[in-house]
Amino acid sequence: MNIFACVSHVPDTTTKVKVGADEKQIDQEGVTYILNPYDEFGVETALQLQEQHGGEVTVVCLGPDVVKETIRKGLAMGAEKGIHIKDDTVRDSYGTAKAIASALKDKSPDVVVCGRQSIDYDGWQMASLLGEMLSIPSISVVSKLEIADGAVKAERDIEGGKETVETTLPVVVSVQKGIYSPRYPKLQGIMKAKKKPIEEVTPEPWENRVEVTKLEKPPVKSAGKIVGEDASAAKELVRLLHEEAKVI
Amino acid sequence: MNILVFIERRDGAIKKPSLEAAKAASNIAGSTVTAVALGSDASDLDKLGGYGISKTLHVNDAQLDAYSTTAYAKAIAEAANASGSDTVFIAATAMGKDLAPRLAVKLDGAVAPDVTAITEEGGDLIATRPIYAGKAIETVKVTAAKKVFSLRPNVFNIGEVSEADSPVETLSVSFSDADFAVKATGTSISTDKLDVAEATAIVSGGRGMQGPENWNLIEDLAGVLDAATGASRAVVDADWRPHAEQVGQTGKTVSPTLYIACGISGAVQHLAGMSSSKCIVAINKDKDAPIFQVADYGIVGDVFEILPALTQELKQFLGK
Ligand SMILES: Cc1cc2nc3c(=O)[nH]c(=O)nc-3n(C[C@H](O)[C@H](O)[C@H](O)COP(=O)(O)OP(=O)(O)OC[C@H]3O[C@@H](n4cnc5c(N)ncnc54)[C@H](O)[C@@H]3O)c2cc1C
Ligand SMILES: Nc1ncnc2c1ncn2[C@@H]1O[C@H](COP(=O)(O)O)[C@@H](O)[C@H]1O
Repeated sequence: MNIFACVSHVPDTTTKVKVGADEKQIDQEGVTYILNPYDEFGVETALQLQEQHGGEVTVVCLGPDVVKETIRKGLAMGAEKGIHIKDDTVRDSYGTAKAIASALKDKSPDVVVCGRQSIDYDGWQMASLLGEMLSIPSISVVSKLEIADGAVKAERDIEGGKETVETTLPVVVSVQKGIYSPRYPKLQGIMKAKKKPIEEVTPEPWENRVEVTKLEKPPVKSAGKIVGEDASAAKELVRLLHEEAKVI
Repeated sequence: MNILVFIERRDGAIKKPSLEAAKAASNIAGSTVTAVALGSDASDLDKLGGYGISKTLHVNDAQLDAYSTTAYAKAIAEAANASGSDTVFIAATAMGKDLAPRLAVKLDGAVAPDVTAITEEGGDLIATRPIYAGKAIETVKVTAAKKVFSLRPNVFNIGEVSEADSPVETLSVSFSDADFAVKATGTSISTDKLDVAEATAIVSGGRGMQGPENWNLIEDLAGVLDAATGASRAVVDADWRPHAEQVGQTGKTVSPTLYIACGISGAVQHLAGMSSSKCIVAINKDKDAPIFQVADYGIVGDVFEILPALTQELKQFLGK
């Protein structure tokens, strides 16, 4: 089975986001980058599929040279090789998907695994974009995946429960917690990853279709009111919720 | 500006976030709003007039009664063309998030996903959306000719609904088997539980609740408020509560009218999922807990003492 895991290189979740001087991007100073947490689920899913069905896992990432570090994290978990789609510009999701789709088109993927969302852009888009661009099925926000004889059965999270979705290979899925728990790379894996091949490809130039006109911090909330310190505060809270906040 | 709104239905009922999207579209200055509904059920479609819809295109085909990302994207794209709409609004529900990017590729356009505000400026739609888990807000403009916006549920106000009916027209779309390449074949919904992503009030518990056996305190308070019950990741990881209840960066993003955090410290990843709630109440015994920085109202105290008292007060106040 020819399996691809798309990974994204994102600021650590504890990063204090500062708006950069251009007011369109974040200030890069002091920001540490990690493998997108959802893509840890993605790489794990890819590796599990490989263990079940044989074949090979390739980690794919679009971005500037530094994203090679993130590709190596996927290789350290156990993927065979990487594809680095080298691009120094800030691409929108559509452009990212377009470049990934054209890198994968001739490689006849059986399964492409993404994360539910990248924790920087929070787009939740990639699986459906890639599916449509590659003209193959896609299933997003998957927490259970079974593939047998070319048939795909997945469970995806919906409001209040789960939805079972069926299709056939090839397929693009985006995964979330509930699927396999990601393994931690072992020292040996990290050493081996240094020698695994990363193919570099240059994408077609892209003109963004979603333009960021401004980036700002959310309005700071003035610290709330401490209503009280014991059970007697309950009555006052109910009054405030009704009369002041008007939410009950 | 012609805007198409996708009307999502599950189990027969039109989803509220779709009505929010319809209202948001009709609130755009100078807009003419068409709705598109899929499947054999036409109930309540005429009532969409009350939400500012001028007409509804109904693709009346029983094959569409079950969700199919591929067939739905095709049907909506045809409705966009038939109604001359360059802009499509879709509620950013589980279905909408799955569908919007497919549709955008079909239309050769682009999506601004999960937006929390949208306004018209000089003929352009300008949207804002939280990114970096709500730590920053970006303002975006879709420059492609065809624009798809997915709108975060519970954020756009429905406001007043008129009695006006609007016409429903059948739109026929011909499908091949290939259009149903991906198909939902079943759903399991726990009907007795309101989902945090859909609730207008949420009572959430964290590690301060000290164990799953104390959740009756959360459930009692939620019961009086008709609220959903939520949880922090710490308690989901400890298997006290199911992942479906988890609020935050790796759980669900919620924007209820009222969010009550009980024994939750307010870690940044938790705040990422709930800081856009309209009114936040925190109950925590540590006065320095970060949750108090985003709370509108706080009680510094023991959840085991405060929760029963609050449930009691609310019962009295609401006459329950
Ligand atoms: C990549 C990543 C993703 C994450 N995603 C999420 C996410 O989606 N959602 C999420 O919630 N977290 C998430 N976290 C975890 C987050 O960092 C915190 O660890 C978690 O939110 C803490 O949960 P808590 O507030 O219940 O527990 P704690 O931080 O242990 O807080 C318990 C609180 O209860 C109070 N307390 C104790 N006893 C009482 C009492 N008797 N009465 C009143 N108050 C009491 C304490 O003062 C304390 O403030 C994520 C972390 C990472 C690294
Ligand atoms: N630059 C990128 N390179 C490779 N994969 C990406 C990139 N950005 C996003 N993805 C994939 O798309 C998923 C969803 O991202 P998004 O649609 O941005 O929320 C991520 O979890 C990754 O699997």
